[in-house]
Amino acid sequence: MMHILLVGNPNVGKSALFSRLTGTHIIASNYPGTTVGFTKGYLKLGEERAELIDVPGTYTLEPSSRAEEVAVQMLKDGDLIINIVDATNLERNLNLTLQLLERRIPMIVALNMWDDTRHRGVKVDVAKLEELLGVPIVPTVGVTGQGVRELVGRLSEARVPENARIYSSSDERWARVGDIVSHVQSLSHRHHTWYESLEDATSHPVGGIVIALLVLFGTFWFVRFIGEGIINYAASPLFGQLWTPVLMKLSLALGGGGFWHNILIGKLIGGQIDYYQSFGLLSTGLYIPLAAVLPYIIAFYLALGILEDVGYLPRLAVLMDTVMHRLGLHGYAIIPTILAFGCNVPGIMATRILESRKQRFIAATLISIGVPCAALQAMIMGVVGHKGLEYVAMVYGSLFISWVITGLILNRAVKGFNPELLVEIPPYRLPPWRVIGEKLWLRVSGFIKEALPIILGTVLVVNILYTLGVFDALGNIVAPVLTGLWGLPKETIAALLVGFLRKDAAMGMLGSLALTAKQLVISSTVLAMFFPCVASFVILARELGIRDLLKAIGIMLAAVLVMGSLQKLIL
Amino acid sequence: MTMYRNEQLTLAQMRTGQTGTVVGVHGGPGLVRRLDALGIRPGKQVTKISSTLFHGPITLGVDSARVAVGFGMARRIIVNIDKRLP
Repeated sequence: MMHILLVGNPNVGKSALFSRLTGTHIIASNYPGTTVGFTKGYLKLGEERAELIDVPGTYTLEPSSRAEEVAVQMLKDGDLIINIVDATNLERNLNLTLQLLERRIPMIVALNMWDDTRHRGVKVDVAKLEELLGVPIVPTVGVTGQGVRELVGRLSEARVPENARIYSSSDERWARVGDIVSHVQSLSHRHHTWYESLEDATSHPVGGIVIALLVLFGTFWFVRFIGEGIINYAASPLFGQLWTPVLMKLSLALGGGGFWHNILIGKLIGGQIDYYQSFGLLSTGLYIPLAAVLPYIIAFYLALGILEDVGYLPRLAVLMDTVMHRLGLHGYAIIPTILAFGCNVPGIMATRILESRKQRFIAATLISIGVPCAALQAMIMGVVGHKGLEYVAMVYGSLFISWVITGLILNRAVKGFNPELLVEIPPYRLPPWRVIGEKLWLRVSGFIKEALPIILGTVLVVNILYTLGVFDALGNIVAPVLTGLWGLPKETIAALLVGFLRKDAAMGMLGSLALTAKQLVISSTVLAMFFPCVASFVILARELGIRDLLKAIGIMLAAVLVMGSLQKLIL
Repeated sequence: MTMYRNEQLTLAQMRTGQTGTVVGVHGGPGLVRRLDALGIRPGKQVTKISSTLFHGPITLGVDSARVAVGFGMARRIIVNIDKRLP
């Protein structure tokens, strides 16, 4: 089968174009480094099927980060290259184009962001560019799909140009680029747009920080408002009025107790089903993922999608840079960290955009320790928030402190270097609602597909282990740490163990124990910090390697021992 | 005092809003290459767009793109100021 590669600078719309070409939906965002691994899709070319690969963005074929290394390695397997060029930034993009042509792989160029050229006052002579480069050029708009049909239609014309040559130095190549640009591009004056006024405000040294705080606070408020709104007006009434009567009938039919009753419905609390405490497959097992967590997943990813596509995150990275350097990172590490607030797995994968091994190790370890995923956060809101929002604040505060202090220590302890920030800041854009909607759907359906079976399986296994008395035995073994250091009843061992499978289900188990507010704060902090869930564990192992994984886990265990004990003493 | 053409500053020393031409990068080949790939190289016109507190990154405009560079890097980028300032 033919392998077609989509190659280009970061943030030129490769992922959006990939979606358009293959019809598969993948995540596209307005910042460099959205794609860190690679995504494959298929494309019909007449009778044949070709494989299309979305290669991580790179400025040059001499890589300086893991994501760029991946890109360069993939060139070896390409039969055809679609080079995506940002039409509004021709010079820098053509530098990569010339480097690609040196590889002598048949190529076609998509002149993307074509719609942006007009209001940016850029005019490009496409016919002339085609003549000078010697390969077909097609203007496209990835977000709307304009030009995509023509691009597919002309794939067969992709070729190695007759005038292809290898440049002896970067200067020589740039000289050729300058020559081409002077022949095909003309610039005219353009007006100051509202984007640029926003740019001035958000990049002001002091104003920018104020705006960043407002954005973070606003995002938190928005997520909670939407999340609680869906729970109170949709999820909870649906379960309460439609599902509870069904379960009560089933409970009656099962005789109100016994093995199957325990597995399917769980214990009745005061003769009623309590979705947080009953812990049956059909009660808590369905309620946690669908009614308690899903609303927050929707709210979080909606907020994240808007922040991503407007182009705010790289600005935040610039503002956070000085602080992040103290933690052995640079500002761009804020992007994997924010992604991890949704789910640690994509967050840890996104650490590949960082340049050094030291940075990747610290960023991934800090995410595992101090960044709770959206599913866990939703349950913390539900279970701890029940006792009062100040307790939720204590959990977040403790996690934040652990994150900062662990970072300060790791910065000194981990060998290696921490390069400075060097990143392109994309222009602000109005959020493309269609893209945001698709991205939200992709992430939410991904959550349901992955989380629902695991949560149901977890609830089933937990019920069986309870019946067998396994948790009691284990509880006695770890009682010195649990009770002695953290002041938690030994029943919490079951929840902490389940945390390895799903932290949201584990949080649900903590909710079903009669814990005091202080014990809830300690146990949920411990749960968030002490061990990654199985999915994050696998990704950590893959990204860090076994040696660094063991180190990271040692650090997590040390951090959680200290933090839990401090909480017991102070709170 | 009026400042004239051909004054050499580092990117870090430039004022926000000032435009100049890059004349050199004082750094190892790795840094030179990374900046080069982003289009920051001798002969290029750059505009300082913003700075951050406590010697944080500096954002500059090069062609129609914006690039944030760490303060340490900004100190190694030498710029010739083109315009006469009021």
